Amino acid sequence: MKGIDYFAPPRIEEAVSLLRRYGKKAALMAGGTDFLLRLERGLVAPRVVVDLKKIRDLRGIQSSRAGLKIGAATLMEEIASSRLVQTRYAILAKGAASVGSIQTRNRATLGGNLCNASPAADTASPLIALGGRARIAGAKRVREVLLEEFFLAPGKTCLQANELLKEIFIPSPLQRSAGAFHRCTRTAMDIALVNCAVFLSLTPKGEIVQEIRIALGAVAPTPVRVQAAEDVLRGKKPDEKMIEEAADCAAAGVRPIDDVRSSASYRRAMVRVLTKRAIEEALKEAGREA
Amino acid sequence: MARRTKKIRVTVNGERYDKEVSPSKSLLDFLRMDLNLTGTKEGCGEGECGACSIIMDGKLVDSCLILAVEADGQKIQTIEGISRHDRLHPLQKAFAEKGAAQCGYCTPGMIMAAKYLLDHHPLPTAEQALKAIAGNLCRCTGYGSIVDAVLSAAKER
Repeated sequence: MKGIDYFAPPRIEEAVSLLRRYGKKAALMAGGTDFLLRLERGLVAPRVVVDLKKIRDLRGIQSSRAGLKIGAATLMEEIASSRLVQTRYAILAKGAASVGSIQTRNRATLGGNLCNASPAADTASPLIALGGRARIAGAKRVREVLLEEFFLAPGKTCLQANELLKEIFIPSPLQRSAGAFHRCTRTAMDIALVNCAVFLSLTPKGEIVQEIRIALGAVAPTPVRVQAAEDVLRGKKPDEKMIEEAADCAAAGVRPIDDVRSSASYRRAMVRVLTKRAIEEALKEAGREA
Repeated sequence: MARRTKKIRVTVNGERYDKEVSPSKSLLDFLRMDLNLTGTKEGCGEGECGACSIIMDGKLVDSCLILAVEADGQKIQTIEGISRHDRLHPLQKAFAEKGAAQCGYCTPGMIMAAKYLLDHHPLPTAEQALKAIAGNLCRCTGYGSIVDAVLSAAKER
């Protein structure tokens, strides 16, 4: 990492214009907890580092009637310990709390976790399950994509040259909604072998699943939504057999790999287990929301 | 290309420093090499072991995963800054009394993590203490005596 130059612009426009000026020689950095490792190992070799942490418009959690806005440079720990996120969007708080150590969460940002596009990112599956959208700032305009369309491949997002992730928007949940986030790892600090987020809403009488989203991490090249599994339950009054069927569908719908952390077959088996548990927990929670 | 060094101003343990640093230098190296504050250790250099833990802007962070230039304008506390004159911090005393160190390499990071805990939870439970040091590895003593020391320091204060 010899001879880099460093900029910490105070505004989004200036960050974008640095991207335009330096093109592929520039790299964006937020918390740096992943980026600096890659820099150290020579996996990236930018000539210019653009630090986004000084940009106020990229920070903070804001709630409105429409939903929740989280700036891309908001710290993981701010999200994990936010009362608002914990009560209304609990699966996101859980996902953020399971990232690394407190030292890491005090530095790492939501946008960094997403833009690294790790298939195992612990905030990605909760956000996909919550129907989250990525707001992307470019030179001329801000565009919006569903988070499940944000990820293209390991380490690759739909961000174009001269664009940066500005914020995440989560629409307000319907009445009688609840979610669950489950994750399996060998140790507390390790990256997820599998993670699973479920978010669902019941009809006003609380019998029928009105809407449901199931998202999984670390079992495909990107975090994925498993719509076939959702379809088993959507519009239905769920019973034990149906939940099993949805879990089977989720396991059949993923493409896990063998690696140092786990075998593909173990990951697939855990998808079934975690999906079933998460659906059961979310149903129980939503049923309680009278 | 612009100049290759950047001017930074940081306050470390209450003392202000104006320095020129290379943008690729880590905050850990800056503290150890440029300021001679070698209490903060490098273990893994990858944010796994917590040996380089410091408190910056009131937050516990791994100084190996921060560039020195990012610390511009910040207030930093390191292990050297927690004692008052010759009086050890209660955590330092408790670590010594409880034998919570063997080789001692993880100790500065452990104490900073424990201090961050006590700053927020003056009377933690054993579980909270254990969780607070989840980002700090010790390969000698195990964690029992460390947790004991944290709890006893909390009572002392």
